[in-house]
Amino acid sequence: MSTKLSGPGSTRTSGRGPVGPGLPRTARTARHHAPVTATGLVVKVILLGLVAGIALWAAFPLVEAEKWVGLALLAATTAGLFYLYLTPRHIPAKYLVPGTLFLIAFQVFPVLYTASTAFTNFGDGHRGSKDDAIVAIQSSSVKQVPGSTEYALSVATAGDPATGALVFLVTDPATGAVSAGDADGLRRLDAADVTVGSGGKVTAADGYTVLNFGQASARSQEITDLVVPTAGGALRSSGLSRAYEGRAIRAYDAGCDCVTDSESSKRWTADAATGSFVAADGERLAQGWQVNVGLENFSRVLTDPNISGPFFGTLLWNFAFAIGSTGFTFGLGMAIALALHSPRMRGTNLYRVLLILPYAMPSFAMLLVWRDMFNTDFGLINNLFGLGVDWFGEAWSARVAVLLVQLWLGYPYMFLVATGALQAIPKELTEATSVDGASPWQSFRAVTLPLLLVALSPLLIASFAYNFNNINAIWLTTEGGPFPADNPRNGATDLLITYTYRLAFGAQGAEFGMAAAVSIFIFAIVATVSAISFRNTRKQEEVYS
Amino acid sequence: MRIRTAGVVAVLGLALAASGCGGSDDDSSAPAAKESAGATGGKLVIWADDKRTAALKPFAEKFGQENGVTVEVQAVSKDLQTNFVTASQQGSGPDVVVGAHDWIGNLVQNGAIDPVQLAADQKSGFNETAVKAVTFNGQLYGVPYAMENLALIRNTELAPEAPKTIEDLVAAGKKLKADKKASEILCLQSGQNGDAYHIYPLYTSAGGYLFGTAANGDYDPKDLGVGKPESIAAFQKIAKLGEKGEGALKRSITPENSIATFTGKKCAFLVSGPWAIADAKKANISYDISPVPGFAGGSQAQPFVGVQAFYVAAKGKNKALAQEFVANYTTKPELAVALYNAEPRPPALTAALDQVKGSDPDLAKFTEAGKNGQVLPAIPAMAAIWDPFGKAEAAIIGGADPAKTITAAGKTISGQIK
Repeated sequence: MSTKLSGPGSTRTSGRGPVGPGLPRTARTARHHAPVTATGLVVKVILLGLVAGIALWAAFPLVEAEKWVGLALLAATTAGLFYLYLTPRHIPAKYLVPGTLFLIAFQVFPVLYTASTAFTNFGDGHRGSKDDAIVAIQSSSVKQVPGSTEYALSVATAGDPATGALVFLVTDPATGAVSAGDADGLRRLDAADVTVGSGGKVTAADGYTVLNFGQASARSQEITDLVVPTAGGALRSSGLSRAYEGRAIRAYDAGCDCVTDSESSKRWTADAATGSFVAADGERLAQGWQVNVGLENFSRVLTDPNISGPFFGTLLWNFAFAIGSTGFTFGLGMAIALALHSPRMRGTNLYRVLLILPYAMPSFAMLLVWRDMFNTDFGLINNLFGLGVDWFGEAWSARVAVLLVQLWLGYPYMFLVATGALQAIPKELTEATSVDGASPWQSFRAVTLPLLLVALSPLLIASFAYNFNNINAIWLTTEGGPFPADNPRNGATDLLITYTYRLAFGAQGAEFGMAAAVSIFIFAIVATVSAISFRNTRKQEEVYS
Repeated sequence: MRIRTAGVVAVLGLALAASGCGGSDDDSSAPAAKESAGATGGKLVIWADDKRTAALKPFAEKFGQENGVTVEVQAVSKDLQTNFVTASQQGSGPDVVVGAHDWIGNLVQNGAIDPVQLAADQKSGFNETAVKAVTFNGQLYGVPYAMENLALIRNTELAPEAPKTIEDLVAAGKKLKADKKASEILCLQSGQNGDAYHIYPLYTSAGGYLFGTAANGDYDPKDLGVGKPESIAAFQKIAKLGEKGEGALKRSITPENSIATFTGKKCAFLVSGPWAIADAKKANISYDISPVPGFAGGSQAQPFVGVQAFYVAAKGKNKALAQEFVANYTTKPELAVALYNAEPRPPALTAALDQVKGSDPDLAKFTEAGKNGQVLPAIPAMAAIWDPFGKAEAAIIGGADPAKTITAAGKTISGQIK
């Protein structure tokens, strides 16, 4: 303990020393060697300890999975971090590295992963490797030989339970005869050498150790893999207390790179382009594997009339939705902020609290509540106003409805930020305009609004980008509907993201490759719009600041 | 000085790291030590949803104690199927998973589950429809434990007689509406985007079908019934019950408000499953259960029969034990009765059904209502049906032209079936 404290203590005095004499040379050294305080040291120890802890925690699974590249990367990163924060040099890097690491882990890596997925057929039925698919095909084709015997099974070993060779001790229920089976086949055991329990299970046998479930499950994989060849097929375990005679109907042959069915002698040949086994008549086996399909997903987005047909209509509404959501909330939020900013306003705090309320409620739940409020027969809105509007049943009323919901959910945020920005605008400026004889509207147009926009433009752009992909706002209310009677694919309030979601996950299973390709298109659109807006904002800032 | 600081930091950092790891070791070893002495590291992990996790826990623990292994039941409350497939792929999945039988197609195409080999006498203990439901490509992929299907639940105060046909039902409902005793004729949930599951009995009664049957008894994805003349004729009949017709089917009746409207006594008839009974009991409604009626002169109304089942994960770490648990333990009636007590759905095991039938007359009625039911197709192609079929239903209820709408839906579905 004392050594720990003496370290920082003495450094502190040496750090403070130069202040008195004020020698330029020592002052500069003091800048480089920032005083090491006890708190600083403790924080450093804890943080580096955490880094080491996380590294160790992450290392074991990597070793287990034999991912050596990942392990090397982990070791290098950890060593680099320790070096960086233990050396007094590289001051800028000390500030930049944590942010950069998080940026790589949470931004760069997901984007790259999405981009790489877009070039594959990754999805349901094409998740794993070809070997996985072959194993799945073979093991799901194991069938019980018709009319064969069901045996009572005990798993045993010759010798030590943990290491000895595995043996199946099986009892024929009809005759009570006990046999021992291993990879070489079945061997009858003398009835005198074995003790058979009530259920027909062997409880003890000379020369063998009968395993209990705990011991057996330690060797689970070997038990599942053990097949005892018999005349009709092979004896396999069904759990730990029954064995059956089964046969794998389908087998993979590396020679022809195909799967053959021994019952129908049908043959499915591997097709590396689609990642599946295909028969001559075009039938595909359900279990496929992941392959690189190049630009196929992208070309499908552009050429498939089902996808590209409604694309532009959806894009237009998507822009209208994002701009409308942002614009209306900003308009209302700012108007209320201006009203409450007036010095003549009384009870502003109470109003502010009340206005923030929608923001304090979870939007997920509120969206569902709003959906029910728009119900034609039972909804609050129709009942309250005595209307009979089929809100989510007609295209335009549904669009108005989702924008109204967005307005209610979003204006408190805009009100908050506008209030903050308003308070930062010096009163002198507006006072000066009134001295010059400007009307309040002129003063707002010429001074307040431009200054507000300087502060709020980045937030408006962010809000636009967020609403452009706001899947919750649509999926939890209209689900993209109403849909034209002759087209269940594309509804009146569909955003690109809800439309994509239906495309990628509505079909015969999830198509992650396809979804990734469409998200890259959406990313490109949002990035372009944001880049243009930010450029304009910068120009604006140059004018007003 | 600098070296000393660095040294102190390094030593403490490592000490902290080591203590962090030590701590976690202690945590994991403590419960293991408490297990029975026979435990030698055998562990079985089961994934189920929240409700079933609670019911399974005592039985899983009993199985563990009897056999000297550790059994962990983990609740996955959201997207169990997707999470299971993803986790299996990465090798971090469970050994056993509990879920609906219509997952089988997708789980098999992803190589996530293995067939279960049941002895003939074990198989014969189950309801035939339930066994058929978990059979896929001629293989048994799971052990069923509960079944569910739709039935007509009626408020006996408002409607003492069970309607024989849907026309009778509409007439009775209209009369109640005219007498201001109810505000709706029928509570059959649709919503703006339709509900294929709930409209299916009427669709079959009017002559429609989804998939033809292949030679081996499975559904055949190549023979799609949606868009065929039968389906158009069926929806023409359904359209007559819609908003522009009798007003018995309405898009404003949604999955959220359907049961609540019935328990609020605003409609006398509800088409729903065993899950609605708890609400009806809570609201003190005197109710009775009968099969969903069909159209007069039409075929019988066939609801979908869904089955809940135990599956053995293909990539589990302890497959032998998982097989043992699923094939030889979940096939016993005690577990099925316990799961029934947790959530009252008819057990798939005939012996278990007989045990609980006496104390719960509703069960036999639901079973009766599902007797003519059709097994919910488990083929992956079924995933392509739900959304377009439901939307077509909603559009037709709202007054769209059945022929045009259903033809478009059929085209969309067949375009998505690979």
